[in-house]
Amino acid sequence: MTSNTAPRGADQGPSLQQQRARAAFWFLAPMLLMLLIVAAWPLFRSISFSFTDATADTIFNGQAQWTGFDNYIERRVRDNGEVRWRGVLLDGDWWNAVWNTVRFSIASVTLETTLGLLVALVLNAEFKGRGLVRAAILIPWAIPTIVSARMWGWMLNDQFGIINHMLQAVGLISDPIAWTARADTAMLAVLIVDVWKTTPFMALLILAGLQMIPRDMYEAARLDGIHPFKVFWRVTLPLLRPALLVAVIFRVLDALRIFDLIYVLTPQSDATVTMSVLSYREIQQFGDYGEGSAMSTMLFLIITAFVLLYIKLGKVDLSGERSK
Amino acid sequence: MIGMFIGLLQILLQFVIFVGGTLLVLSPFYYAVLASTERGDDQTFGSILWRIAFWVIVVLICVIAVFPFYYAIMTSFESGTAIFSPNLLPEMISFDNYISVFSGRNFIRSVGNSVLIAGTTVVAALFLAVTASYALARVRFRGRGLLLMTILAVSMFPQIAVLSGLYELVKLFGIYNTPFALMLSYTIFTLPFTVWVLTTFMRDLPIEIEEAAIVDGATPWIIITKVFMPLLWPALVTTGLLAFIGAWNEFLFALTFTVSETQRTVPVAIALLSGASVQEIPWGPIMAASVIVTVPLIILVLIFQRKIVAGLTAGGVKG
Repeated sequence: MTSNTAPRGADQGPSLQQQRARAAFWFLAPMLLMLLIVAAWPLFRSISFSFTDATADTIFNGQAQWTGFDNYIERRVRDNGEVRWRGVLLDGDWWNAVWNTVRFSIASVTLETTLGLLVALVLNAEFKGRGLVRAAILIPWAIPTIVSARMWGWMLNDQFGIINHMLQAVGLISDPIAWTARADTAMLAVLIVDVWKTTPFMALLILAGLQMIPRDMYEAARLDGIHPFKVFWRVTLPLLRPALLVAVIFRVLDALRIFDLIYVLTPQSDATVTMSVLSYREIQQFGDYGEGSAMSTMLFLIITAFVLLYIKLGKVDLSGERSK
Repeated sequence: MIGMFIGLLQILLQFVIFVGGTLLVLSPFYYAVLASTERGDDQTFGSILWRIAFWVIVVLICVIAVFPFYYAIMTSFESGTAIFSPNLLPEMISFDNYISVFSGRNFIRSVGNSVLIAGTTVVAALFLAVTASYALARVRFRGRGLLLMTILAVSMFPQIAVLSGLYELVKLFGIYNTPFALMLSYTIFTLPFTVWVLTTFMRDLPIEIEEAAIVDGATPWIIITKVFMPLLWPALVTTGLLAFIGAWNEFLFALTFTVSETQRTVPVAIALLSGASVQEIPWGPIMAASVIVTVPLIILVLIFQRKIVAGLTAGGVKG
């Protein structure tokens, strides 16, 4: 089919390079078509909904009206001449969700990177039972997020949870704490679970970077009698920078869109509701596709902006093309 | 305007304090690990002390990693009032919770749904990804780097950003509340992930093999199926397993695109397992169900651990 439609060279047939390029096109086409259907089109529609007053009822019967930027920000003049501004951009709940997402991302990524680096350094050392430790840290990673949310929900339970029990036994607290329900501890509970679950992943990524550093560098430093902490600071960290940057960017992107852990561990808590959770609530619970999509569109824009900024600033070679 | 500026400054200050504080608290631990690993086996008092500190850290890491799951297993074997007394060893061994999970017929259906959906999605994604990643890894064409970046970007999408559009699509196709809705929507993260990881794998295959095949007159299709496929099997298994875990654990789409209990996947079933009131959350059965769906995953991960680590580093994507 391809050979009939394509222009042929004089009598040599298409060159090898052309032939390969054409094959590449047909190899890529099914995948691209699929991504167009499940990713590009839904994204386009979601963004379109954010400029309409679509609800669960009007989304299908075509009665949703185009409202421009009203979901984002809208100027309303009441009958008595009073001017009122409304919209997601002026919504306190939205900014609360933005703030929650940002502080969750910063705290979780910081903790996971620093702890992950520590675990990676341990795993990079040679000692008996290293394989066992690596197997052990794979367990939190293998457990589904929903399951870990429920497991920790049980451990953090106010009346019967073992965490309260232990803390009381050592005398750190006198009364049991309702970790997931209280406004001042809910975020801490979410952070504990996320750090527990994701630190292993960071550790493995960082470990891979550590193992790329040639061993004889350490040997040389040791023979010269340089202090291990200085070696770490001057040799290990700079060489680890690319691996660390890639790991951090993936984690930040993941943290910014967090949904499942918070939805299950601290449902209905204003102290932990993130952009994804708020947008989901708006769409599913209140059927407000317009405002919900406006929120999800802004999250999308924030993440896109973050990626672009990071690539520009960090000069991260994410696609691995340049190293080739 | 000035208020906002001061507010931002405060946030920045908090951030610096937080990062600094974390590093300060952790630095003795870093120090212990570095000191004990770099000093070798000399028997001075100092290095023995550092080695003890190192082992304390190792034990701490293992205990923290394993304890929550151990505690879930323990809880799942307790029933009645024993469940409500926090202790480290089970007071009793009872299978009541497991019996109650399996006798509710919807749980087995949920497991079936999850296996079917995750399995189909992964096989379909691998099928599309093998040829696509050959093109991306082995053929030079304009815009290849950009295309790779786009594919990576899709796998990093916030799922919520496509939720309403996907909902419309699912309704349009008439597959709402069926497994097909999830098979279709999971493609959004399994496909880019498999393409990405397989591309990095294929890039590392020696060019000589391909050149020899080209000299013998092999077409790209023959090269993929006859030359590369035998070499790619390990990579396919790893990638497939990671994508399977991703699809198995997915929650947002499963929650949105199913309504009836019989159509739920395992994560949704476990998340929505609840009693008549907040006070009556059935912790025993929840823990039993959690253990049932997690043990196979942990066994798989431990069997394939070396390959999984390689796949994770290639994909850089959280499972």
